[in-house]
Amino acid sequence: MSGLVAVPIVAPLIAAALSILVSRWRNAQRAISIVTLGALAVIAVVLVLDLDDSGGIIVAQAGGWPAPLGISLVVDRLSGIMLVTSAAMLLGVLVYSIGHGGVERTQAAFHPVYLVLAAGVNASLVTGDLFNLFVSFEMMLVASYVLITMGGQRERIRSGMTYVVISLVASTFFVVVLALLYASTGTINMADLAGRIAQLPDGVQLMFALSLLAVFGIKAGLFPLFSWLPDSYPAAAAPVTAIFAGLLTKIGVYAIIRTQVLLFDPDVRPASLLLVVAALTMAVGVFGAIAQNDVKRILSFHIVSQIGYMIFGLALFTVAGVAAAIFYTFNNIILKTTLLMTSGLMERRGGSTRLLRSGGMIRTAPLVGLLFALPALSLAGLPPFGGFVAKFSVFDAGVGSREWAVVAVAVLVSLMTMYSMNKIWSGVFWGEPEQPSEHEPRDGGRLGGPVLMVASTAALVVMGLAVMIWARPLFEFTERAAIELLDRRVYIDAVLRPTP
Amino acid sequence: MSVLVAFIAAVLVSTGTWLLLQRRLSRIIVGVGLLGHAANLLLVVSGGRRGRAPLVDLDGVEVYSDPLPQALALTAIVITFGITVLLLGIGFRAWQVDQDDVVEDELEDRYLARRLEVDPDIADEVEAERAQAAEEGRR
Amino acid sequence: MRRSVVVDTSVRVLFLSILVLSLYFLFAGHNQPGGGFVGGLVAGAAIALRYVAGGVDEVRSALPLRAQTLLGLGLLVAAVTAAVPIALGHDVLDHAYVETTLGALGDIKATSALPFDIGVYLVVLGLIMMMFEAFGDEISFDETIGEFSPEPGQTPTAPASMEMYDLDLFAELAERRRLSDRHEGSPGGERP
Repeated sequence: MSGLVAVPIVAPLIAAALSILVSRWRNAQRAISIVTLGALAVIAVVLVLDLDDSGGIIVAQAGGWPAPLGISLVVDRLSGIMLVTSAAMLLGVLVYSIGHGGVERTQAAFHPVYLVLAAGVNASLVTGDLFNLFVSFEMMLVASYVLITMGGQRERIRSGMTYVVISLVASTFFVVVLALLYASTGTINMADLAGRIAQLPDGVQLMFALSLLAVFGIKAGLFPLFSWLPDSYPAAAAPVTAIFAGLLTKIGVYAIIRTQVLLFDPDVRPASLLLVVAALTMAVGVFGAIAQNDVKRILSFHIVSQIGYMIFGLALFTVAGVAAAIFYTFNNIILKTTLLMTSGLMERRGGSTRLLRSGGMIRTAPLVGLLFALPALSLAGLPPFGGFVAKFSVFDAGVGSREWAVVAVAVLVSLMTMYSMNKIWSGVFWGEPEQPSEHEPRDGGRLGGPVLMVASTAALVVMGLAVMIWARPLFEFTERAAIELLDRRVYIDAVLRPTP
Repeated sequence: MSVLVAFIAAVLVSTGTWLLLQRRLSRIIVGVGLLGHAANLLLVVSGGRRGRAPLVDLDGVEVYSDPLPQALALTAIVITFGITVLLLGIGFRAWQVDQDDVVEDELEDRYLARRLEVDPDIADEVEAERAQAAEEGRR
Repeated sequence: MRRSVVVDTSVRVLFLSILVLSLYFLFAGHNQPGGGFVGGLVAGAAIALRYVAGGVDEVRSALPLRAQTLLGLGLLVAAVTAAVPIALGHDVLDHAYVETTLGALGDIKATSALPFDIGVYLVVLGLIMMMFEAFGDEISFDETIGEFSPEPGQTPTAPASMEMYDLDLFAELAERRRLSDRHEGSPGGERP
């Protein structure tokens, strides 16, 4: 099975190469992308199902070099569930983008770059080597730089540039941290590092914990490092915004969870700082969302706010907390992607995502309303949706650790999330259209959009509902993931074990 | 010698940061490049002292230099190279669109700032101004 | 574009010799200085000489393949080389080598890392050619942007572009005004 571990990285790269070679035939590119991403989803599921037989962790050593020397590729329960979720999102958004036309139709580079993005995302999830994590992040980010500025309109370049420069600063800082880490420990294999960092003085350990937190905090959009996010995401094309909002920041969260839990001893982890950051991220994000008047921007601020919940769960460093954080993360990936996809549908239908310019869409496009309402209610944490399970588990873990203040903030923030989802609802779906929109609805009639767009959005909404139905097995899965994460020996032993 | 390299890295970081805070894309690109060089230098230094034998033809050599940081630095250099090209592309496009490469404030930020400034009571004047602007635009 | 005879002739000689040098680097790379990336950069330098001599057209005619094709082929070769060991039941990127003696050529050691290096070489070469194609042209306005680009002959300034945004802003403000006139809360749930 260990051979399969590298496939999620290599397969999209091969597909990207083929896609470049057939760049004149858009349908061939589409076929390549769909087949590859579909196969990736299947492989991810196979890997996860195989986890039980392989003791919860599958390791491959690139090039056959044993662990501290070469690059280890590791799939454990945390990366497994992230792999499955991200593969599903990548496939869904790809179909959506084909329906959307736009950059997918006009730019021959879209498909190759999108596949490289997929490779980067998978590589970030699978790698067990800190420098390789940097390379994977770069692969993902470079693809995202291209995607966010694709088309080259003024607004995209301006806001894309903010994103690019901030991410580059984070990456540079990452390299500096890696240099310091290597200078002080002599290794960059994460399993090996976990043992060696513990031998450093406490202050140095804390410095590394905080630097890594800062690096990934920028990518994840933590307070106070999130300011680039609401600026840059809404300007990109709708499918691009959807995949970025759903995946990229959560890959940052994944990296935070992985590094903070695996690399550092319990007494060095900056737990109380993380709690404060989590509370502020939730609160500032949601306040920002309330001040906005544009659907995409409201949702972008909610990305920030939701990140706070995940970090809250992580900051408890208990099994319940980390399990809740993992559950929240993958559930939120699905919800955020779907919501941004529906905002793309609204934009197409109403010509704008500004609340003041649209209205009455519940009559012209009721299906879009339904597709928005289900994930929005879930995001706000209303029972019985998946978002409720996620939020409740975070609250429960917080109560279990007696972090009353942060739990109170989290509850208040959910109420405000509800309020701002309501604001979108009443602005876009209720009321009279303020003026006949300049853009006549191009097509779609009753569905409210092109078939592929609506169908892919609907599929992901259904996936969100599936989380609700199978909440119990999924939560048990994340609980086991958390147990194995917090008991770091599972990971360390599996990676450093000499290969037979 | 490592002190000298560290000092050079410090100079590169400070100049790079200063350039990064400018409004012109061309300067930002140079700044990003300098920051990247600084990080790569640090990677090279992290391998330990200079002057040790390389990892080839190790006849009778006891202490050799660590090849890994050099490999890492090479990888990082390649990435910096690629990103610089990409940034130049974006800068070039910005110039194509605007004949200028100043990064402007975000529209929504300006909108929010303006919302604080403009009193609803004088919105009539604003509307008049808008009509005038629209007319000029039509011409 | 005026072309200089001296440059033209020397580039004609140099181009192929530099390409040969780049190939040497490519093949020496396994356990001597060199490798796919270095070889590709040297080949890129050869392409740069063609550019100096005759501009982008000269770069396009330097090789029979388009830049994208080179890039795609290179990525394909490299990625497939990485993937083949998986299909054979080994770890990704695993490698093997064969050593044979080829008469006068002496001992030849062929490793499976070589195709990977060739892939890298092609990617770097393709990238550099793309760079010249993208930036090497006479700099011109993109006509497709139309509404944004300033009138020809006019000195464009940044504020000219901001006007468009401000119109939007005023429209927004006027709309709020109209809404409050009708004593309706704006649909967004807030009053101006």
